[in-house]
Amino acid sequence: MSNTTTNIQLGTAVARVPGEASAPRKPPVTSTGFIGWLRSNLFSSWLSTAVTLVLLYLVIRWAIGFIEWGVINAVWSVPNNQTQACRDLEGAGACWAVITEKHRFILFGTYPYEEHWRPALVCVLFIGLYTVSAMRRFWRKELALIWAATLAAIGVLMWGGVFGLSYVPQERWGGLPITLILATFGLAFAFPLAILVALGRRSQLPAIKVLCVLYVELIRGVPLISLLFMASVMFPLFLPEGMNIDKLLRAQIAIILFAGAYLAEVVRGGLQALPKGQYEAADALGLSYWQKTGLIILPQALRLVIPPLVNTFIGFFKDTSLVLIIGIFDLLTAGKTAIIEPAWQGFGVEVYVTVGAIYFVFCFAMSKYSQALEAELNRHRRR
Amino acid sequence: MSDSTIDPRLLRAPPKRPLRLSWSDERVRGIVWQVVVVGIVGAIVWWLWSNTVHNLEVRRIATGFGFLDREAGLPIAESLIEYSPADTYFRALLVGLLNTLKVAVVGILLATILGTLVGIARLSRNWLLAKLAGIYVEVIRDLPLLLQLLFWYAILQGLPGPRQALNPAEGVFLSNRGLKLPILEWQAAHSWTLLAFLAGALGTWAFRRAARARQMQDGQPRRIWPVALALMLGLPVAVWAALGAPWSIDWPALRGFNFRGGMTISPEYFALLLGLVLYTAGFIAEIVRAGILAVPHGQWEAAQALGLRSGQVLSRIVLPQALRVIVPPMTSQYLNLTKNSSLAVAIGYQDIVSIANTTLNQTGQAIEGIAIIMLVYLTISLSISLFMNWYNARIALVER
Repeated sequence: MSNTTTNIQLGTAVARVPGEASAPRKPPVTSTGFIGWLRSNLFSSWLSTAVTLVLLYLVIRWAIGFIEWGVINAVWSVPNNQTQACRDLEGAGACWAVITEKHRFILFGTYPYEEHWRPALVCVLFIGLYTVSAMRRFWRKELALIWAATLAAIGVLMWGGVFGLSYVPQERWGGLPITLILATFGLAFAFPLAILVALGRRSQLPAIKVLCVLYVELIRGVPLISLLFMASVMFPLFLPEGMNIDKLLRAQIAIILFAGAYLAEVVRGGLQALPKGQYEAADALGLSYWQKTGLIILPQALRLVIPPLVNTFIGFFKDTSLVLIIGIFDLLTAGKTAIIEPAWQGFGVEVYVTVGAIYFVFCFAMSKYSQALEAELNRHRRR
Repeated sequence: MSDSTIDPRLLRAPPKRPLRLSWSDERVRGIVWQVVVVGIVGAIVWWLWSNTVHNLEVRRIATGFGFLDREAGLPIAESLIEYSPADTYFRALLVGLLNTLKVAVVGILLATILGTLVGIARLSRNWLLAKLAGIYVEVIRDLPLLLQLLFWYAILQGLPGPRQALNPAEGVFLSNRGLKLPILEWQAAHSWTLLAFLAGALGTWAFRRAARARQMQDGQPRRIWPVALALMLGLPVAVWAALGAPWSIDWPALRGFNFRGGMTISPEYFALLLGLVLYTAGFIAEIVRAGILAVPHGQWEAAQALGLRSGQVLSRIVLPQALRVIVPPMTSQYLNLTKNSSLAVAIGYQDIVSIANTTLNQTGQAIEGIAIIMLVYLTISLSISLFMNWYNARIALVER
């Protein structure tokens, strides 16, 4: 091919010889494939090269250090709480023995040991419930029934006392089930509350509007801790003598009120983003306020705010850990309590890394789901 | 054209219908609903209130803020003002408030800087840098802040004691007693230097205003930086030199079992600050990234086509537009950081929540204690909101 084209000047109109199949020349090796990718993404300029090399050095050094600490030098189990082997490492290796020894306690707290299959099953039920709720094909009215049935089953499993299950008082619950209960029940109740408050804040009726604004702004202006303190210290004063609500329920109420205010703002965003024509068209059809809201406004407004809603859910899942401060036995509290025993003191890092990994799995799944959903729901907007 | 003028009939207010006392009148329904809702809320509040009053009587708890004048008797490890356990509860709470502000202000500054850097790094063309920034943001945002605080605190507590303290640089010691740093010994001359700097800053601001005003008249831009340099750097240095250029540094040194001298950052403060900054920076990074991406690419190209230098493109064209997207969510991150500083109570840093909590445990004044916490945070939140709203209005797009 090259010998036939040598006599043709480059740049002239007759660059091709008729009848000859002229394949376009491939770009140079240095600009395609793996090398090309490296050149354009890691070594595009001397500054970029320097940054790449420095970062590569740091990452590799850190990774080697982490593997040495977490795998090579680590102690995986010790006999009968004899943590001397761990102490001898002097921080050079992780003491995963604390997890081997305490993982049941971290996951299920002080729940009776031989009954641990019950909270374990509860966690599986919760995860199943989340998975089903996340699938769009289940987004219909029957989902509410599934929720009610699952939550009832969870109550039966945790308390027991029926179907031959032994009764376990609420004080002995702990660990991951508490975290999941606080998060799930919190959102299940906060969400309807949030919708009502958001509608109230957009209402034409001044008294209702003022009440909703006050609620949202007051709750959003103070930290969750102060509400939890209020639930644990002040709430007993609010109730008539003799009436007592247990601590977990009080904390749950505080979380619902807190989440309600934040979710209300997200929902309000959706209500505001909806074009005014939708409201007017519904009015013109002669629909009543609740018909308009339930059939026209909410289905569209909620669809608009699904991604920020999921982000708020992630926030609340993380925020349930704050009940540690008022002494409720959730996952983080169980982790912190596991290392109070003198034999295991000082192994906080290992425990927090493990507990963190559990939180991370849940939050990361939600975050990835939210991103996928956002892409899917916005597909009609993309050109 | 008759189309462009508005029909005068549309300008007239709609005729007022007389209020009919019937369920089919929208306004009557509205009034009834409001009365019902306010009645229910009022009844609940009244019920809770009367229970509370009754319970307080039964338990013989005196209400009111009289306890604030009593002796606190609670020791506070770190304080920005003079404090001893013999002082009043009021002063103890004031110390707590200052400790909250200390961590919030420093935290907001550092989180903004780190968050902006990470946000820009995520947009970098260097794949490794962008990926690492992305991993940082994803991991830090998916872990509860309280867990992170406990983690950092556990790491700081696991550090060796003062005798085997880590010594990464001259005069810097990191041990389980906290971080020790050398500090400049403050003298009268330094106060004057600071004053000169403030005067210089004021002068620069006045000069900039004048220069802007003249530019508006004759269209000639004037250089500001030489004047700024002279006033804000030259003037303080001149004052300092005129006063004999004194300076001496207080180096921390190991004496016996602990350090003497230098500046101490306690492990509690350090862990709290580290946790808050790293956590909030993850969120700020996403806000900054979204803000920069929100400026259309054509704006960069148009600015370059006008012949602006890359620094000018960033400062004159892109940033002002990105800031409009960035500022509102940034405000809520600042508010979050301030509210999250209340988690200090979990690792034993004595902020307002921690001290109010101790106070209410010691005195039994639960309602007052929680009211103080809420009041403080509402005040801080409203102040930050007002300031950021003012700033937001200043940079907002001016339309017609």
